[in-house]
Amino acid sequence: MSSTNTSNSPTHHTSTIGAIGAPSRRNTELALLAFAVVIPVFAYLNVGLAINDEVPAGLLSYGLGLGLLAGVGHLVVRKFAPYADPLMLPLATLLNGIGLVVIWRLDQSKKLQASQAFVEAAPRQLLYSAMGVALLVAVLIFLKDHRVLQRYTYISMAGALFLLVLPLVPGLGADVYGAKIWIKIPGLGTLQPGEFAKIALAVFFAGYLMVKRDALALASRRFMGLYLPRGRDLGPILVVWVMSILILVFETDLGTSLLFFGMFVIMLYVATERTSWIVFGLLMSAVGAVGVASFEPHIQTRVQAWLDPLHEFELSRAGVQDGIVHSEQAMQALWAFGSGGTLGTGLGQGNSDLIGFAANSDFILATFGEELGLAGVMAILLLYGLIIERGVRTSLAARDPFGKLLAIGLSGAFGLQVFVVAGGVMGLIPLTGMTLPFVAYGGSSVIANWALIGILLRISDTARRPAPAPASNPDAEMTQVVRPS
Amino acid sequence: MNKPLRRIAIFCGLLVLALLIRDNWIQYVQADELRTNKNNRRVTIERYASPRGNIIVDGKPITGSKETSGSDFKFKRTYKDGAMWAPVTGYASQAFGATQLENIEDGILTGNDDRLFFRNTLDMLTGKKQEGGNVVTTLSGAAQKAAYDGLKKQGGKGAVVALEPSTGKILALSSYPSYDPSSFAGNSTTTDTKAWQKLEKKNNPDDPTLNRALRETYPPGSTFKVLTAAAALEDGLYTEADQKTTTPLPWTMPGTTTPLKNEGNIPCKNATLRVALQYSCNTVFGKIGSDLGNEKMLAMAKKFGFTEEQFTPVRANASVFSDGMNPSETALSSIGQFNTASTPLQMAMVASAVANDGKLMKPYMVDELQSPGLDPIEKTEPEELSQPMSPENAQILQSMMETVVEEGTGSNAKIQGVKVGGKTGTAQHGVDNSENPYAWFISYAKDNDGGAPVAVAVVIEDDKAVRDDISGGGLAAPIARNVMEAVINSKK
Repeated sequence: MSSTNTSNSPTHHTSTIGAIGAPSRRNTELALLAFAVVIPVFAYLNVGLAINDEVPAGLLSYGLGLGLLAGVGHLVVRKFAPYADPLMLPLATLLNGIGLVVIWRLDQSKKLQASQAFVEAAPRQLLYSAMGVALLVAVLIFLKDHRVLQRYTYISMAGALFLLVLPLVPGLGADVYGAKIWIKIPGLGTLQPGEFAKIALAVFFAGYLMVKRDALALASRRFMGLYLPRGRDLGPILVVWVMSILILVFETDLGTSLLFFGMFVIMLYVATERTSWIVFGLLMSAVGAVGVASFEPHIQTRVQAWLDPLHEFELSRAGVQDGIVHSEQAMQALWAFGSGGTLGTGLGQGNSDLIGFAANSDFILATFGEELGLAGVMAILLLYGLIIERGVRTSLAARDPFGKLLAIGLSGAFGLQVFVVAGGVMGLIPLTGMTLPFVAYGGSSVIANWALIGILLRISDTARRPAPAPASNPDAEMTQVVRPS
Repeated sequence: MNKPLRRIAIFCGLLVLALLIRDNWIQYVQADELRTNKNNRRVTIERYASPRGNIIVDGKPITGSKETSGSDFKFKRTYKDGAMWAPVTGYASQAFGATQLENIEDGILTGNDDRLFFRNTLDMLTGKKQEGGNVVTTLSGAAQKAAYDGLKKQGGKGAVVALEPSTGKILALSSYPSYDPSSFAGNSTTTDTKAWQKLEKKNNPDDPTLNRALRETYPPGSTFKVLTAAAALEDGLYTEADQKTTTPLPWTMPGTTTPLKNEGNIPCKNATLRVALQYSCNTVFGKIGSDLGNEKMLAMAKKFGFTEEQFTPVRANASVFSDGMNPSETALSSIGQFNTASTPLQMAMVASAVANDGKLMKPYMVDELQSPGLDPIEKTEPEELSQPMSPENAQILQSMMETVVEEGTGSNAKIQGVKVGGKTGTAQHGVDNSENPYAWFISYAKDNDGGAPVAVAVVIEDDKAVRDDISGGGLAAPIARNVMEAVINSKK
């Protein structure tokens, strides 16, 4: 907690952590935002010149649109969360902007245009981004203090469970390439409720663990150097574990399952400071994953495709009909990365459209790989790394345990999601159907992640605010800061 | 709570680090392997991204490139007289890959060859689009046309190979029935795939995509007697064309009670080599083979190129002369029956070595590789493969082969004012010779100054013609004559 910080950091006045009189850094944010808008505009221009040899007609409106989103975001932050972290908004804007450019670039692909399911994705994504920023604005305006969320601990849980079950409701759920994590809303398109459940679950875990953490942390038995929790305290982790397994079995989605369980273990560990939870968590997820994989053909295929993507490609090409959907996408994605090499082919000049279906959503990183090369992908990964780092920093700086837990839960989940998606597309781990935050095409993902950034901004604003108001919540009493005077 | 938070921060850092390492692995360490994988469609996309270089005959391209739309392949291969040239060019198809010259010289034709790297780099700097280089062949348009038209008129399956004896240049390389590689050069499932399927052997028993000139072996029949005669002369068994051989008639093959039959009542008893070749005596050459033995016959056959694949650079199958045969089998093999089997190219090499005074040149069809700017990159120099016989013996054999054309079975190959040597062949095949025989003719023509500009081998397998009508002299010799004439006329 910040008390430890102040005690071991004699130069705390210059750190961003909880120091009194910290500058708001709003102008830094504005300058960075300018870059975050200009870079994608140049990328957009680049794509247009590469594909059509002309300045794209939509350049101005695209630039204005992105600039407007960034501007509105900035003004609202300036007014309603003046001490919020100055990096998060520019980082998210930059990723969102670059993502839009690449989605637009894939819209230009003749090969993808020829497919039946083709829709112009870029205008929709721009709309989703606007909705996302609107949600961010709403969070910042209406959520004056993140601790208010604590009141909704159990409602969040119910909401999260409801959202997670939605895709299983007959007539509502949609099975896309084996994973059942979408729901269809007639006239509006599809929605991935898991993305919103992520936030709701983080709120629930934070509220629950804040109350229970002493019981979970202190009452334990020592065994082989580890503090083992009491049997009755195992309850919550078992419940979450079972929930994750159920997601895996019924929605056959390894990614979402891993994400929720990982998020819970991280938050549990932070709340209790007990390493034994990590060990338990790893064991349980290993047992769960192997157990489910032993009878679930969809998961088995994913693992086989991961171990030998070329064989899977050949099966797919040969049109093998054995009741399992064989996909050449994993191999196509690897070829896209390999063909990009160190510097890439340049935007608009690659052939990542060979991936076909979901080239602009789950597999969008492969287009970055081919057209921007190793350099581009590393830059993108580092941008994600920075967002996660700012999230963890916010958690460190937060003065109340609820805020700390919520911030680490959200940024941990964000980090896990990036890892699961990018690792899957790059063949580091088996592929799972998830979207790369901000960059990939998909309304739910973009909107939910902007909301996530909104909450993190709110927590960091509270954390960096010069004179924090006395805690209104008795639960936060024990986290009162030893304030230097 | 901050201690575990810091650890989580490190954990997240490790996740990002793992992604960075993996990214370096696939985009740097394994990048080339992934980029050039044959299943990676980008390889084909790149192959057709710029106009493909051409294959040149007589200074004119027999191929072309045309811009296409509707797929990710920008250009498509086109062919002029595709069916006639298919045994030379092979094909380059967007959907079905490339073969023969189109495949072997793909690097030059696409412009991706390492030898063009410097040029490509310059082009990139000056903003010029990459182009493919050219493959200049040794072929003669006139000879190829004569060969293909002859086969086509004949109507049956067959092949023709013509060589320039002094260099080994391939002048004609024809196979019939053939196919037009233009018909499936694209990747349309409606037209190209249909055309391709129609050509597949399972749908087309004539197997038009088979390059019979290089990839099919036939029993050479009596044309092989030229080689047997060469072996007799080289061994010293007989030293002159007009020396009487010791050949009883009928002659019973050693170790058997079966007499070796001649075709009809011909003067083969103790016939001289010249007469024996003129009338195509099985007894004389069968006995020579059995007298010399398997080992010596095999050694001679190997010197002429048998048992080895030839790379022109397109691969030709190895022709067969067996080892470990008893005298009667050797006798049959020495008249081109039993296991003996030869590609048309191989028999053309035999005729060519005789015409070139006993020196066998390595056959080749690529004269020069050119850069897109027509600068030579690589020139093929004629290469001696072996010297199967002395010049003296070669000249003896030439005089015998010339008698065959002037007074014997090969009279259909006569050309006014030109000295022609040849040998007919009619090879039986099938169980109890039930199937129609193959008609063979090998020959060469001589200039007035004594040089031989062309040697030819023609084979026709015709299951429509009446069996009796098939003879090397009747079906194959006229085609050989036309090809030789075409070469001689084009030299004038």
